[in-house]
Amino acid sequence: MTMLEEIIIAGFGGQGVMSMGQLLAYAGMFEDKHVSWLPSYGPEQRGGTANCAVVISHDLIGSPLVSRASTAMVLNNPSFEKFEPMVKAGGLLIVDTSLVTLDSTRDDITIIKINATELAIELGNKRIANMILIGAFLEQSKILGMESIMESLKKVLSPEKHHLLEVNHKALLKGTVLVQKQVGFTG
Amino acid sequence: MITVYEKTKGLTDKPTHYCPGCTHGIIHRIVGEVLAEMDILEDTIGVASVGCSVLSYEYFNCDMTQAAHGRAPAVATGIKRVLPDRFVFTYQGDGDLASIGMSEVIHAAARGEKITVIFVNNAIYGMTGGQMAPTTLIGQKTVTSPEGRNPNIQGMPIRISEMISTLDGAAYIERVSTHDVPHIAKVKKAIRKAFETQKKGIGFSLIEVLSTCPTNWGIDPIESLEWMKNNMIPAYPLGVYKNIGERE
Amino acid sequence: MVKVLMKGNEVIAEAAVHAGCKYFFGYPITPQSELVAYMAKRLPEVGGLFLQAESEIAAINMVYGAAGTGVRVMTSSSSPGFSLKQEGISFLVGSELPAVICNIVRGGPGLGNIQPAQSDYFQVTKGGGHGDYHIPVLAPASLQEIVDLTQDAFDIADRYRTPVIIMGDGMLGQMMEPVEFYEAKPKEVPKKDWATTGTRGDGGPKIITSLELNAESLEKHNHHLQAKFKQIKENEVRFEAYETEDADYILVAFGTVARIAMNAIRKARQEGIKVGLIRPISLWPFPEKPFIDTRDKVKSYITVEMSAGQMIEDVRLAVNGHAPVDFFGRTGGVVPTQEEIYHKIISVAGGVEV
Repeated sequence: MTMLEEIIIAGFGGQGVMSMGQLLAYAGMFEDKHVSWLPSYGPEQRGGTANCAVVISHDLIGSPLVSRASTAMVLNNPSFEKFEPMVKAGGLLIVDTSLVTLDSTRDDITIIKINATELAIELGNKRIANMILIGAFLEQSKILGMESIMESLKKVLSPEKHHLLEVNHKALLKGTVLVQKQVGFTG
Repeated sequence: MITVYEKTKGLTDKPTHYCPGCTHGIIHRIVGEVLAEMDILEDTIGVASVGCSVLSYEYFNCDMTQAAHGRAPAVATGIKRVLPDRFVFTYQGDGDLASIGMSEVIHAAARGEKITVIFVNNAIYGMTGGQMAPTTLIGQKTVTSPEGRNPNIQGMPIRISEMISTLDGAAYIERVSTHDVPHIAKVKKAIRKAFETQKKGIGFSLIEVLSTCPTNWGIDPIESLEWMKNNMIPAYPLGVYKNIGERE
Repeated sequence: MVKVLMKGNEVIAEAAVHAGCKYFFGYPITPQSELVAYMAKRLPEVGGLFLQAESEIAAINMVYGAAGTGVRVMTSSSSPGFSLKQEGISFLVGSELPAVICNIVRGGPGLGNIQPAQSDYFQVTKGGGHGDYHIPVLAPASLQEIVDLTQDAFDIADRYRTPVIIMGDGMLGQMMEPVEFYEAKPKEVPKKDWATTGTRGDGGPKIITSLELNAESLEKHNHHLQAKFKQIKENEVRFEAYETEDADYILVAFGTVARIAMNAIRKARQEGIKVGLIRPISLWPFPEKPFIDTRDKVKSYITVEMSAGQMIEDVRLAVNGHAPVDFFGRTGGVVPTQEEIYHKIISVAGGVEV
């Protein structure tokens, strides 16, 4: 079976959802997979939801546009409302409960709920919350390796921020551990 | 036999199409003479505009490009930015420069493009048959201001030299007139000065040359020169409006 | 060569630099602004020049001036700004000046919106400005294809002394994909002895103009241009035919829409419906051959566009009544989904909803 992962990451502008997507795209590229990253760039990116679609595949990518997601990571309520129904049956929904208060009633998808901000503060840096979500995604989907993500981080972070690589790594590991222990799982 | 007067090398042998008594011929000759005397004909690219002077590319004896209506300063910008060591000039009338091409000339001046603009102002559209120009005088009759230009209807004329001289990128701006021989001598001095300004790389230069249009003014050539002197110069005072080189 | 992850707009810019373009005159407009910004940073690094013009009108005329000196030059815009460039483009054609113009199409008409669209198809392929002319139009579907086609665009421009348009949409401009740049073998292009660079060392004055007051002479010039267009039609047609050999139904789509259509085709094939794709890469000259090859075998063509239906007219001309031509499109900046296209295939195929 060839792999085709269609991911949507959505939240408020400024929550770092675009960079999260780029990180995954870079990692896919490092693993010689086909990748595409498509941002929403319309008026909705000012104030409402910002989102990006990432496709990772073994084959040439057809549509870079994701209309039915195999994974959605949602970081605010409007994104939850818009994208929770778009997750394919059998797909994955990762919810950052730092801001999301809505609950899913779907029983045909896997749902992982993580209060990423709270956990990030525990790790000592509020800004690495997204990495916990990425870590959870890596562990659950198994489509990208931790090493590639770390490689990508070197690309995404400017050299003067490379001292943050370690704390980012810690956050990624936190996410993977949560999944291993099945913390926050429903569905 | 001693030659006391001859055709300038700055112009081709092509007979011009200008109407009898039109001063475009004088201005062409002066530009040609200046380019020849400065020995820069071979290093010059001229830009013809749209209007009576649309065919000027056939008359100037240097490389020439014909631009869309009003866009000559943008075209000249493109040329000069690629070839900064060449001389680039535009030759534009009042409709081309002061109406449809106002944006291009202002921004070329503001950027301080090191080009020379020869702006021929005869207060009327000639090529299209005598319509009102932005520089048409108050009360002046044209086919599109048949009762005379009325400020309440057609608005006020525009003074280009004054306006362009307010821009920091403008280096040399002068208004001159072709109504008599002493003033024609001053036209040549001014155009020479403009090309010298370009040569020194100081900035944008524009020479506004007051000119006649006997055909569309509906008076004979001699009367036209008189009319220009008596009516245009009071509205468009002659003189140097900007001279950065001098100031320094 | 190393793969890099870049935005489409930036790929166009970098590809142009690789193609030897050192001059760019532009004006910001969404969704192509990254291209302008990239050039502003990149061109000085290669000894080139970027200039932000006061308008799209000024930008295209600066391109006209620069092209006249014989250098490789480019401008880019999006729909409303591209409309403003039409006068200048017509002049480039008339004066036979090579240049590359990029249109990252957005929703229209009027100010429209900034979402992806293909509704400038008529404008880019049928002339756009005044006069009897066509311009070669290349429509890449992926970022890697941008690299190839941008190089081609400059070569075609120089070879035929014509402006060339690269047409994308907001999605192509904004998306990121890995791309590989390569040093292209320099193609042989004619010497630009017509360039107005001053006459020093090369004889008499040269003139660049599109004016010809004598009707017979202008007709002659037009015949010359038409002969050139004919040559371009013979030599510069580009398309991709995907699984058309056994196809009962053939989708016709270009640019990003072709990619979305590809997903729908894969799904339909899984369901046993024999669907193929013709993807015009050169929108003008329009590829007629793949239609001539298939039009007596297929049950129907389905043109899919991000417009109310523009390319469909060229498809119908190429099919020339040999088979029905159906249509599915979304417009105003709405992107058709693969599900919608799939359902269209099902309904045309008369099959049961799966």
